[in-house]
Amino acid sequence: MINLTINGIGVEVDEGTTILEAARAAKMNIPTLCRHPDLPPAAACGICVVRVRGRGNLVRACAAPAEEGMEVTTHDPEIVRVRRTVLELILSGHPNECLTCLRNESCELQSLAAEFGIKEESFPPLIAEHPLDDSTRSIVLDPRKCVKCGRCITVCQEQQNVWALSFLDRGIETRISPAGEIVLAESPCIRCGQCSAHCPVGAITEYDQGGEVWEALSDPAVYCVAQIAPSIRVSIGEAFGYEPGTNVSGQVYDALRRMGFDAVFDTNFGADVTIMEEATEFAERFRNSPESLPLITTCCPAWVDFMEKFHPEMIPHFSSCKSPQSILGVLAKTYYAEQRRLDPARIFMVSIMPCTAKKYEIHRHKTMFASGRQDVDVSITSRELIRMIRQSGLDFSGLDCLAAADSPLGEYSGAGAIFGATGGVMEAALRSAHYFVSGADLRDPVIPAVRGISGVKEGEIAIEGRPVRFAVAHGLANVEKVLDKITAAREKGDDPPYHFVEVMACPGGCIGGGGQAWEVDDAIRRLRVEGLLKDDAIREVRVSHRNPSIEKLYRDFLDRPLSDKARQLLHTSYRPRRKYRR
Amino acid sequence: MTEPDLKKIAGEELARQGEKSARIACCASTGCLSSGSGEVMEALLEALSSHGLADKVEVVPTGCMGLCSHGPLLGLEIGGEDGFRFLYQEVNPLLTRLIVAEHLLPSLEAGGDFPVPEFLSSHLLPLDIPFFTRQEKVVLANAGRINPERIEEYIAAGGYRALEKILREKTPDAVIEEVARSGLRGRGGGGYPTGVKWRNTADSRGGEKFIICNGDEGDPGAYMDRSILEGDPHAVIEGMLIAGYAVGAQSGWFYIRAEYPLAVERVEKALKQARGRGLLGKNILGTDFSFDCRVRLGAGAFVCGEETALLASVEGKRGTPRPRPPYPSQSGLWDSPSCVNNVETLANVPAIIRQGAGWYAGMGTETSKGTKVFALTGKARYSGLIEVPMGTTLREIVEEIGGGSSSGRPLKAIQTGGPSGGVIPVSLLDTPVCYEKFQELGSIMGSGGMIVMDGADSMAEIAAFYLEFTVDESCGKCAPCRIGGKQMLDLLKKIAAGEGNARDLSQVRRLSEAMRRGSLCGLGQTAPNPVDSTLRYFEGEYLNLLKTDDD
Repeated sequence: MINLTINGIGVEVDEGTTILEAARAAKMNIPTLCRHPDLPPAAACGICVVRVRGRGNLVRACAAPAEEGMEVTTHDPEIVRVRRTVLELILSGHPNECLTCLRNESCELQSLAAEFGIKEESFPPLIAEHPLDDSTRSIVLDPRKCVKCGRCITVCQEQQNVWALSFLDRGIETRISPAGEIVLAESPCIRCGQCSAHCPVGAITEYDQGGEVWEALSDPAVYCVAQIAPSIRVSIGEAFGYEPGTNVSGQVYDALRRMGFDAVFDTNFGADVTIMEEATEFAERFRNSPESLPLITTCCPAWVDFMEKFHPEMIPHFSSCKSPQSILGVLAKTYYAEQRRLDPARIFMVSIMPCTAKKYEIHRHKTMFASGRQDVDVSITSRELIRMIRQSGLDFSGLDCLAAADSPLGEYSGAGAIFGATGGVMEAALRSAHYFVSGADLRDPVIPAVRGISGVKEGEIAIEGRPVRFAVAHGLANVEKVLDKITAAREKGDDPPYHFVEVMACPGGCIGGGGQAWEVDDAIRRLRVEGLLKDDAIREVRVSHRNPSIEKLYRDFLDRPLSDKARQLLHTSYRPRRKYRR
Repeated sequence: MTEPDLKKIAGEELARQGEKSARIACCASTGCLSSGSGEVMEALLEALSSHGLADKVEVVPTGCMGLCSHGPLLGLEIGGEDGFRFLYQEVNPLLTRLIVAEHLLPSLEAGGDFPVPEFLSSHLLPLDIPFFTRQEKVVLANAGRINPERIEEYIAAGGYRALEKILREKTPDAVIEEVARSGLRGRGGGGYPTGVKWRNTADSRGGEKFIICNGDEGDPGAYMDRSILEGDPHAVIEGMLIAGYAVGAQSGWFYIRAEYPLAVERVEKALKQARGRGLLGKNILGTDFSFDCRVRLGAGAFVCGEETALLASVEGKRGTPRPRPPYPSQSGLWDSPSCVNNVETLANVPAIIRQGAGWYAGMGTETSKGTKVFALTGKARYSGLIEVPMGTTLREIVEEIGGGSSSGRPLKAIQTGGPSGGVIPVSLLDTPVCYEKFQELGSIMGSGGMIVMDGADSMAEIAAFYLEFTVDESCGKCAPCRIGGKQMLDLLKKIAAGEGNARDLSQVRRLSEAMRRGSLCGLGQTAPNPVDSTLRYFEGEYLNLLKTDDD
């Protein structure tokens, strides 16, 4: 332990604690702009300077480790003056366009300006004109608004190992951009949106499609249906004053109906279908062609994009099963339309996802038009839904917390519920795979080894006495560790290290998705995961294959998993895109 | 490989040199090459062979001889070390042919004592001017004298003996102790005690350790390190070997900017020769000590002279500084303990080992020991590369060595330390060369740029010039430097153009504080120095430029 004083107040902290963290432990907040709890300190902005006795110059609290006997001053006239000047400089490099910015009222720079009581522009604007890049139709990069904190680049390079974004040029010309004067859509960008979730300002945002949804809702000829992703229910409440992890499914269903949706579905139903197909796929490979294992999950479109670009050699291991979003989309325009005698051409499907890459998934491949038209018409992120709820004038906390989704595409098992957390797909799939192989359910549906938020989780269960080794990775940089093991074993001719692999691109899984509300850290991720696990624990049916609506779906419509009809509607394929290979 | 017998190599080389009746040194540094010393050399060789002197006279392409303002330079040594010495300035091929035909040839025929013809004597530089007599050459002792492309000449001049001495006689601890006692401090600008840096690196745990030679010299007008690398590369390699032995490193990296192709070429050549002689590689001089060096080119970013940015660049990453701690001595190149030393610092090391810490510490002031190389430029009559003991006053440097004003106008100020430094007014010329003294005056020693200014130089323009350089070279990582520098530059230009007002000037002062106190690395922290120091000594010049309400 290390003892130091912050403004004369003694505080004891662990070794390796930074001055910034130590100050927080002493109930003293040091302002900062570039620091993000997910990332190593960049020491870029210069706002968090403090005085350490005996040091010649001010030091950056975000990066300087606390040391024994250190005497830190967080506020004095000079420190505050320097911070203010630096903040004013940053403001001079940032367009004064708060009123027309998506981050209005959620902007970290705006909050700092408010905290410092900035009343005027002290320095003339120094804003380089660079074109807006919305080429991905998933995220929008506006380099003019960038404050060069470097978070997006660290996330893109180190957390996600994608390297679509880098700093280009230097000095006042410094900008973020894909290297080589290309737009993001031509870059290795996988549209995961983690950059946008970490951006302190409005320089990288989701591609906003709220307007398109309002337009459809206001057209009486259009039959609007919505689906909400597993993770949405435990994250969106935060914007309306709920604790992270609070399950607000009821309020969201109610809000969507009040906004004008004719039917509200739950992607969790799609998740149950995914499990039916994917677990069957696994069971077949496990029984008939163990050499084709591991099977790798494909619910995450950013991961699919990543794999096609950087690891096309893994395509044979990919589950051909579509993601829950896509499955629900096609079932709404076929199965549901048939049941309700609706013309599928009239149905407008809006998915509400934690994810910017889902905007790409809905037209990724021709199989995304399996119903005869685009199965999901628009995909919006949590952030867009939050804005739409506000625009609609609803008092969120007054909505019906017990509202239910529409039948049958809104009824789900506990297995579908946990899809939004890292390890959730694996746990759900193993519950059903065990049944499909052995004819019996697992004694306990909980598989502890897949849970928790460490980057790579490994474990093993036995099905009919045969081991099933699995790995769960989230945050794409962690995927490489898993893939390396698979490749190494293959090269040596050894048994595969795993039989089943789950990958989610974002840390924590979809609950930490790139389309979720800002300022998320691991503490919030854990609470959101807990919220989903709770939803599973309280359900009577915790395995997809025993969800009565799923049983009915197969009985009445699909026949059985991997039937011709199921293959036609619920499966997809992948293509190598080797030009991106590193 | 059999271990090299340095004495034998030196003996053979000296004998070879002794057989020659004359020796002509022709400066082959970048400066003189660009003013035509390459053609001079060709003409020289041609003239010698046409007079049948090719075997009798040795032509030595050397490193920088120092008086760059008068280059290309040609030095004649007739009749051995005790013979006659002449130094010709501003030579060209025609003049060279005349020197051979009308001075060298008759001198050799006359046995040495021959009066220089009058038409040539106007090209002769007097060797007793203070520019030559007041210098004290330690680091530059070989530059301008030996052929830097021949390891034998370095060995004959006593080279690699320091390495041999420590490997035979001293423990790594004792070497660090010796360097610490010498008082040697970082010559790149920081002035950090070299012995302490070595000690810290030696004490850090880590299997692999690195020595990095910082050759990213980037101050405008400064070329000390380039000249050392071009003129005496083996001295730097020997310094690295000694440092490697002292801290327990097995490999070293030269980080040299790509704009120094000749330095890179000479270092590469020197490394190859040292390897060929068994002075780099495994079991050097038959001991357990193994060490080798590689060269990395800098791509021309000034900020890569900052050690953490330099390390990032060597690793192949974008060259931006990172916060310290951890210091490179704890966690540097690829997270291994690394010791980053400047070229000039390392070049001092062999001499310190050879002649002892006491000798070195005998030169200089209380806190600044040894000698310092400066690139004396601007409005001085004699300008070029000089080396003086620390403690020499600016007056001695400017008025004696530099010969005073070249323009005839009275001198106004001396700019030291390049873009991170400041101006020292002529009223303070009695200031001795010393890290602390320069800092007290608002400038820095820096790597050794020294620009003499006269009354025609506008201080606001000078400040803007230097600031423009740092603004251009800011890596852009941190806001105070990236935006503050540019805002300050715009204000300064406005003021220099007579468009500024009192509020602009107070904004300049406010920005200076934010940059000095809030920037992450030395580049941003010192960028306001040229502005602050000109404001400190020449505030009136700024005030006269301001628009008042009456305008």
